[in-house]
Amino acid sequence: MVPVSYYLVLSAVLFTLGVAAFLFKRNIITIFMSIELMLNAVNLSFVAFANMHKDVSGHVFVFFVMVVAAAEAAVGLAIIIAIYRTRETLNVDRVNLLKL
Amino acid sequence: MLHQALFFLIAAMCVAGAINLLLQRHPIHSALSLIVVMGSLALLYLLLGAEFVAMIQLIVYAGAIMVLFVFVIMLLNAGEEEHTRGSRMALWFGAPAVAAIVGMVVYVLTSNSTTLREVHLGAWASTTHDVAMPLFREYLLPFEVTSILILIAILGAVVLARREH
Amino acid sequence: MIETLKFVAFLLLKIVVITHVLLGAVAYTVWLERKLIGRMQNRWGPTRVGPFGLLQPIADGVKFILKEDMLPPGVNKPLFVLAPLLAVALGLTSLAVIPFGETVSQLGKLGALQISGFVRADGSIMDPGVGLLIILAVTSIGVYGIALAGWSSNSKYSLLGSLRASAQMVSYELSLGLSLVGVIMLSGSLSLRQIVDAQAGPFWHWNVFVGLQFIAFFIYLTAAYAETNRIPFDLPEAETELVAGYHTEYSAMKFAMFFMAEYANMFTASCVATLLFFGGWHSPLEGLVKYSLPPLLAALEPVFWFAAKIFVFIFVYIWIRGTLPRFRYDQLMAFGWKVLLPLAIANIVVTSLYVAWRTV
Repeated sequence: MVPVSYYLVLSAVLFTLGVAAFLFKRNIITIFMSIELMLNAVNLSFVAFANMHKDVSGHVFVFFVMVVAAAEAAVGLAIIIAIYRTRETLNVDRVNLLKL
Repeated sequence: MLHQALFFLIAAMCVAGAINLLLQRHPIHSALSLIVVMGSLALLYLLLGAEFVAMIQLIVYAGAIMVLFVFVIMLLNAGEEEHTRGSRMALWFGAPAVAAIVGMVVYVLTSNSTTLREVHLGAWASTTHDVAMPLFREYLLPFEVTSILILIAILGAVVLARREH
Repeated sequence: MIETLKFVAFLLLKIVVITHVLLGAVAYTVWLERKLIGRMQNRWGPTRVGPFGLLQPIADGVKFILKEDMLPPGVNKPLFVLAPLLAVALGLTSLAVIPFGETVSQLGKLGALQISGFVRADGSIMDPGVGLLIILAVTSIGVYGIALAGWSSNSKYSLLGSLRASAQMVSYELSLGLSLVGVIMLSGSLSLRQIVDAQAGPFWHWNVFVGLQFIAFFIYLTAAYAETNRIPFDLPEAETELVAGYHTEYSAMKFAMFFMAEYANMFTASCVATLLFFGGWHSPLEGLVKYSLPPLLAALEPVFWFAAKIFVFIFVYIWIRGTLPRFRYDQLMAFGWKVLLPLAIANIVVTSLYVAWRTV
């Protein structure tokens, strides 16, 4: 038996590591991946709470988060490809002009 | 006992993967560590009795979204990232902030742990049928709205990635 | 305590036996393929090693082990080594949930003919409730073996091969998953054992003969050929364009691992087709012909029917390889997205209407 708070602490640690990666990383693809990490961390607490309350609504919300993540990944990666075509770089510091 | 051992093993895998995502400089190594995180999260979902969510996690996240990331990294032939002045500044100001956030969240969660219950391995499990019932009853409207969201995302991706002539 | 140890020991025994049976079958499928392709092309195939070349797989295995394990310069070493291991491990993992018979009552709790199936006190069998999703998850993660092999090899042929492979596998996974939804709706379960039990009886109870499910079967078979990178969809390793595609730089046992992974995936695809569309371990004449067998043979009869059905699918794999040419890449993508996917969705709509009509 494990207290629910362990799962929540793990989720918090993963979320902050995601925030850290979002702030420290310069490669736009890695930054995008850290957003996925944050979403995953939130999903973990949803599932943990679903177990605590014995209610599957938490699982349904995880389902919705995954749908949103999939949509976000499709559009985001298309934007990344478009940026790479015009700027020929993936470094966010070099993508600092509104118009070329 | 078994539950605790499994939890700490998988949690260690999870955190190691997330830290590796942060430390690696090549995006493909970061992507692989993220896949490790997602796989171990699926195992944690199994411990929490959510078999359907665990499998969807593997199929959608590890099997579809991350394949897309790896594909784009290979397609754009992304190299190691370069460090600039901005990234060093982010490191100096960001690292204490991150530590503060972790400390705060952990403090709040552990100080209120009397209201939180415990997870018993195998005490509660949801089948696919259990997840489907609320999904297609109480949450039918959000479910339909997500389908429109996906449709818009497909159209957006097609328009954005199309080469202009 | 002693009960637990017995349980673990039996489980390990079951895993070891089943894995070795599969690996042996993989080795002899390679022999069968060379023999059959040879006959289709009016040659003899392997004849030198042993009678009918039957010892050829063993000779090949010894050769693979004894060859020098080359590590080309410029590769990303950890990923280069990890990729074949990942491919073969994931290829064998799905075996854990595949049921191939009912029970052998002498073995007690572990008598279920399935690695992850256990006999309950009342004699019924408990197996994973999401068995089919586990197989889909494992096959969808299997892409990484190929993608990483191509990327870490640091060679243009490998990279092109693995780019093709990942795009192809992601595209066809969609049709593959959607083609199975019709069967899931008909049997109302994701557990492989319950899906098979819903088809018990003579052969017209099998899902492939119910309604329009033969269309779903066609979609599944096509998508499975693309998933396993077999002719006519073997673009990731197209010899005439890419030398050997994603495994160009691999040699010795690492190359053999990719080979084993491909054949293990063929077996998984055949198993899923058998379980979902062709009644699993049920005899085609069940309930029509009465005959009695000695107890041991009676326990093994379902395994025989299961193996026979898988053999037919493996034969079709080889037959198709001897018959069809390779697709062009744009044809492959257009076929997957413009033909198979709409067909699969139409099948879901028709089947759900049929299920609704049946329950009303």
